[in-house]
This record gives sequence, structure tokens and C-alpha cells, in this order.
Amino acid sequence: MNLLSLFGKKTFPKGIHPEGFKEETHDHQARRLPFPEHVILPLSQNIGKPAVSIVHVGQQVQRGELIAKADGFMSVPLHASVTGTVKKLDLVPNARGGKEQAIYIDTALSSTQTLLSHEHVDFDKLSRKDLIQAVQNTGMVGLGGASFPTHVKMNIPDDCIIHTIIINGCECEPFLTTDHRIMLEQVEYLIRGIRIAMKSVDAPRAIIGVEDNKINVLEAIKPHLPDDGSITIEAVATKYPQGAEKMLVYSLLGEEIPSGKLPSSIGVAIFNVATLAAIGELLPYSQGLIERIVTITGDDLNKPGNYLVPLGTPLSHILEYAEFTGNEAELILGGPMMGMPAGFLDTPVKKGTGAVLVLDKRATKRDDILPCIKCSMCLQVCPINLNPSELGMLAVKRQYDVMEEKYHLNDCFECGCCSYVCPSNIPLVQYFRIAKTLNRERHRMES
Amino acid sequence: MAKQPKIDIRTSPYIRKAPTVAEIMRNVVYALLPLAVYAVYQFGISALALMIVTVLSCIGTEHLFCKLSHKKTTIGDASAIITGLLLAMTLPPGFPLWMGAVAGFTAIAMGKTLFGGLGFNVFNPALVGRAFIQAAFPVSITTWTPALASNRFIEFIPSTLALPFMKPSPTAEWTAQVSIDGFSGATPLALMKFQGIMTDSMDLFLGLTAGSTGETSALLVLICGAYLAYKKMLDWRIPAAVILGTLIASECFYLIDTAKYPSPAFMIFSGGLMFAAVFMASDMVASPVTPLGILVFGLLVGFLTVIIRLFGGLTEAVMYAILFGNAATPIIESYTQPRIYGGK
Repeated sequence: MNLLSLFGKKTFPKGIHPEGFKEETHDHQARRLPFPEHVILPLSQNIGKPAVSIVHVGQQVQRGELIAKADGFMSVPLHASVTGTVKKLDLVPNARGGKEQAIYIDTALSSTQTLLSHEHVDFDKLSRKDLIQAVQNTGMVGLGGASFPTHVKMNIPDDCIIHTIIINGCECEPFLTTDHRIMLEQVEYLIRGIRIAMKSVDAPRAIIGVEDNKINVLEAIKPHLPDDGSITIEAVATKYPQGAEKMLVYSLLGEEIPSGKLPSSIGVAIFNVATLAAIGELLPYSQGLIERIVTITGDDLNKPGNYLVPLGTPLSHILEYAEFTGNEAELILGGPMMGMPAGFLDTPVKKGTGAVLVLDKRATKRDDILPCIKCSMCLQVCPINLNPSELGMLAVKRQYDVMEEKYHLNDCFECGCCSYVCPSNIPLVQYFRIAKTLNRERHRMES
Repeated sequence: MAKQPKIDIRTSPYIRKAPTVAEIMRNVVYALLPLAVYAVYQFGISALALMIVTVLSCIGTEHLFCKLSHKKTTIGDASAIITGLLLAMTLPPGFPLWMGAVAGFTAIAMGKTLFGGLGFNVFNPALVGRAFIQAAFPVSITTWTPALASNRFIEFIPSTLALPFMKPSPTAEWTAQVSIDGFSGATPLALMKFQGIMTDSMDLFLGLTAGSTGETSALLVLICGAYLAYKKMLDWRIPAAVILGTLIASECFYLIDTAKYPSPAFMIFSGGLMFAAVFMASDMVASPVTPLGILVFGLLVGFLTVIIRLFGGLTEAVMYAILFGNAATPIIESYTQPRIYGGK
């Protein structure tokens, strides 16, 4: 039982309360960003295998046309986000520091950018298997940032019974308001998407979880909920990282997802609101995912807001349109707590990019790293109840195996609360990421 | 965009909100200042001189060792000031100043830099200095002078100005001279232990008795501690657990024989237990970080204090109890790792 929720708000223990800065964009209705001169579409926009290109250089493609097909079940297809000409198939640097294959398309500037039309589908008549196939055909991945193929998530093992799907509308990261806008502007798509998701996992019940800093969402959605009570919406406490799967499940259901297991092991499936709204919009028309709402915000921007951005739009185009006036900044894809850094202006918006955050003044810049004084602040905020202090000291000693075996390193989902509160400015979560990567390398070498 | 901006690259999180180590340490110093002022009010310029000497000795020692090891000096983090102040407050107000300087040097040299500086010390440095001095100068450290002596602001207690390695001038004569009613020169704990005399708990609470420089007013200690806890720079769970441990242990003995053993109230408000619980046991570096570990540590310190006070040969029980607790911290932590979310 969730004791915290007995008295007052639905929430989880620990976590932090960073300043939100959401008021800068949460009233900005999503507007279409003008089409860029060219788009860069990396073949790998999902966890799993990259898509396989089916176009050749010089080929004319229409907006919405399939340009790369899924490579097996752990993969999703990719569609052209603009009408234009395939310029080249080349490498593009990615956020992980490496390079990946991408399709470069020059936009036909005189084109009307009409969407290629496809047949209509009545999802109510599809079998579960066909429905999951239809989801895969949209090229959908988790739009909350994880980029996990949605159809794989829907393909629940036979021995699991899903009793509830949770729709994650928390958006607990500061600055971000895309999910907020989607829940206000695309309610019908969202409800349709929820029905599709419920059908795909055969769940009788759905709960939309929304942080209580978005009360207007509850008012907007409630009239659209079905009368039979199968879909409900609940407010949860505004706290970071409320939007993490494990935390939201605990807040809403009072249950913990066992360490190392998937939510399906306790009969729950979790989807992001943006993902389901996009499925609700695209699937009935057999369309592919070619654009998404992105919050463009941060320091030194004259026109922050929410924009409907074609996938593959380079950051330079976005900064130009949002009128970036600074000389120096950090470009972050995602929120300030878990977002990925972008190192150059050709970096394209991908399926998992929910925000482009430009930080300068409001980024915390401290370069001193002091020894741990064991103040235990990190233990008091870690939502997973880890011991980041001890993990950090082990990381400095490079005892990565001990971190994993004795101190549950792999249960860390890298929310960054520990780094946020550390008086000694120890880059704890950053150490943990390195440790996990090196452990994975080591396990690969050993096997 | 007119020109290409400079792009900085770091990994997340990009925002932080935490006091710096120096800010935490400075706030502890602020919290200790009212106690220092009260000590000066009680014991006069001798107490002031003692505090200045120990603080300067601690800062100087830390600076010296940083220079010797070719490191950037760490005195800026203010932790040496805390050690100096804490140390002075555990010493008798008439403690010879040169011994105070030795204590400060030992506290930092043996209690802190030897282990690698702030963050690596196993023991509370001030208590290391105190323990060393206890063994080195057993007479001076148990020579108490009365609080609120009439001439305390104009003249030093004679022992304060003793020359190094000289026998400090006896204070008995001076004490007799300044004391209004027969002052025995004993602290409430010594009276309890060696003569079986109980001091009124209320006097203890307000700090109207003889004792070490800064440890006598439990009330003021509590107020200063509450300020730090409110600023989230003191883990209130540690003093709470220490007091709870003391309470439980002393209540047990008190129930066995009310005539022979002192009351829990006396135990909690005497001999600087409150001061030690709030400012010494809560030393972040040398205490556990795990929630259960903090409770175990606090209770252990409380129990040991009572046991040593009642059955040990010394009255400075809480000091040894905390040092013992510090030593036990790693093993306490290894057995009290928190249960993780979704774990067994």
C-alpha cells in the first residue's frame, strides 16, 4: 500500500522539486515550424535495429512516403518528413558521440508539401496481431524520449495479463511543455490512441497520470472520457522524477515494479501521452510518424514555444526561427535533468526529441569537484533508494563490478537527483553512466 | 542566426541546486557563534582567548599541511574553523592557551590531514584533538573554574597564560577568591560520579553550572541546532537518535535503582551531551549515511555514553562514545544498506 497517497496527494517517496520554468511555453499553442531547406533522417531513431533504406540518391520522395523499412521485429520503418529529393546517404554525428547512417533530403521548396494519402483502417476490426503490425507500420517509438518501439511494448508475453495501462502525462522535467500541449490540443487523438493501446494489450482499464501543475488538462480531458469508467484521469504530485515509469506506477497503484523486471510482470503497461496521441492520429489513416511537437525554450530565445517540427529538422533551422540571440550556449535535446547534449548545429530532431533546450544563464556551472562529505543528501533524494554516495566513491576507485553486484547500479535509471543536490558537486549520475557502459563492455568481452 | 554560437558540451543534469560545502561549513560556524558568545559571557576573556587560539591553530595546521603536500590550501571551506571552535568548547575555560594550540594541531594533523583531509577523516577531528589532550594533560583538562566569576571580563584565569611545559599556576586560590559560595571545582557529572550529588536539571538546561567552555547550556545548543536543521545543514536524525539512546539506557538504570543512578533528564542535560549530540555526533563525514545506520549509530553513542558515565573511570563519556561510534561507522553502514525500490 502506498502510505504517502493515503494522506493527500498521490506520490512516491523522495525525489526533488526543481524550479519548473514551464510558464514560458505552456500557453504557447503548437504552431507549425516552416519547413527547413533540408532534413537529415538518421536510420536509427529507435532502440533496437536501425531501419533499412529503400531509396537511392536523386530519388524524388513525397511527404509521408516510406523511405526505410523495418529490419525485423525490433525495428521500425522511417517515412519522409518533406517532399523533395534524396541528396545523399551519409553519416551524421549523434548524441552519443559516434556517427550513424542518415538519409539527407533536399526539400522541394516550391512544393505544397501535401501528405501522401493511404488507405483508412478501422482498428476495431483488426486482430491484436494485425493491430500491433499496424502500430509498427506507423514507425512509432516512445515519444517521451526513450524511443523504445511502441509495437514491441504492446507485444506482451503470453503469460502476462495486463490489468491496467498507465498513460504518462507527468512531464516532470523542468522547461518541457509538449505533453501538456498535446493533452490540451489533441484530446480526441489521445483517447483514440488509448483505445488502440488498450486493445493491443487487452487491458480493461486505463489511467492517465498528470502532475497537478497541469490542472487545466484534467478539465480538458474529463468531458471526453467514456462513461463506462474504463479510462480515468488522476492528478499526481508535482515532483521530479514523477514521470519515471517506476515512480508513476507507485504513485498511481501503490505497487513496485520488481528490480530488473518489466512493468508487465505486475500487469501494467505504460505509454507516453504523445505516443498514444500520435498513434490515434496516424494509425487510422495508415500514416507514418513524420513530425512531432517539440518545446523550444531556454535562454536567449526571442520566440520560445511549442512547434510542430518535421523530423530531421537541423537545430540551426530551429535556433534561427526561434531567434536565438546569444553567443554561447548548451544545446540540449530533452529536459535539463536527463536531456542529451547536442554538439553541433546540424544535429537533427529525431522521433524521441521532445524538446530543444538552449541553456546558458540558467545552467549551473561549477567545475570544482570536492571529496564526498557524506552529508547523505543523495540518499535522501534517490527515488530508487540507492546509496549514490557509496556508488560515487566506488566509481572513483573504478570498482565498477562492486557497484553492480553489491550496490544495485543497474537499478539506477539516471534521473540525476543525486547530482542535483550534491554540495561537493560530484558528477554522480555521470559516473554511473560511465560505469554502466564499461560494465556492459566487460560483460560483452566475457561472453 | 547571425553567427555561429559557441556550443558547450556537458552531460545531464545541467541544473543543480545545492549549497556548496563551504556554505554548509560557514552555516555551522554561524550556528556555533551564539554558543561562543554565551561562553564568553559565562567565562570571560579566558574563554575568548582559548577559542581564538584553537581556531587559529587549526587553520594554521591545515594550511601548513596543504603547503607541505603541495596542494591548494583548503582552509577556505571553513571546516577547520568548526574543528577549532568545537575543540575549544570541549575544553575547560581556564585551559592553558599553549595546550589549546597543541590540541588544535593534533586535531587537524592526526584527526584530519593524516586521513587525506575533509571527507576522508574517520573520526571527528575535534574529538581526536580532545582525546589526545586528555591523555597528555590530565590535570589541566579536569581543572574547572566557576561560571560567571565577577572579574571574568578584566582578568584571565591564571592557568590560561601558563608558559609551555611549565606547571600551570594553581587555580584553587583564584577560584576561592572569585567564588561567592563554596565552589567545589567539580562539574555536575563529577559531583554525581564521585560524590553522589545531583545538580538540578533546570540549572543544567540553562547552563548555570561549571563545565567546559561551550557545552553547558543545553537550551542554547538546541536553538542553534534547530537553526541548522531548518537550513538542512544538520541531519536532525543523529542528535535525536543519540538523545533517544541516552534516554532509553539511563531510564533502564534509573528504573532499577532510582537512588543509585541519575535520572534521564540529568543524563541528557549534563556534561555537554546535548552539545555533543547536536554538533559532534552529527559530523557528516564520520557518521553513517544510511537511514537505518544513522539510527543505529545514534543509539549506540547514547548507550555507550550512559555505560561509560556510570561504570567507566572518567566523566568524559560522550567523547569516547562518539569516537567509538565513528570507528564503528563503516561496519554499521555495511549492514544497513537501504532496501531498493523493487528489491527484496
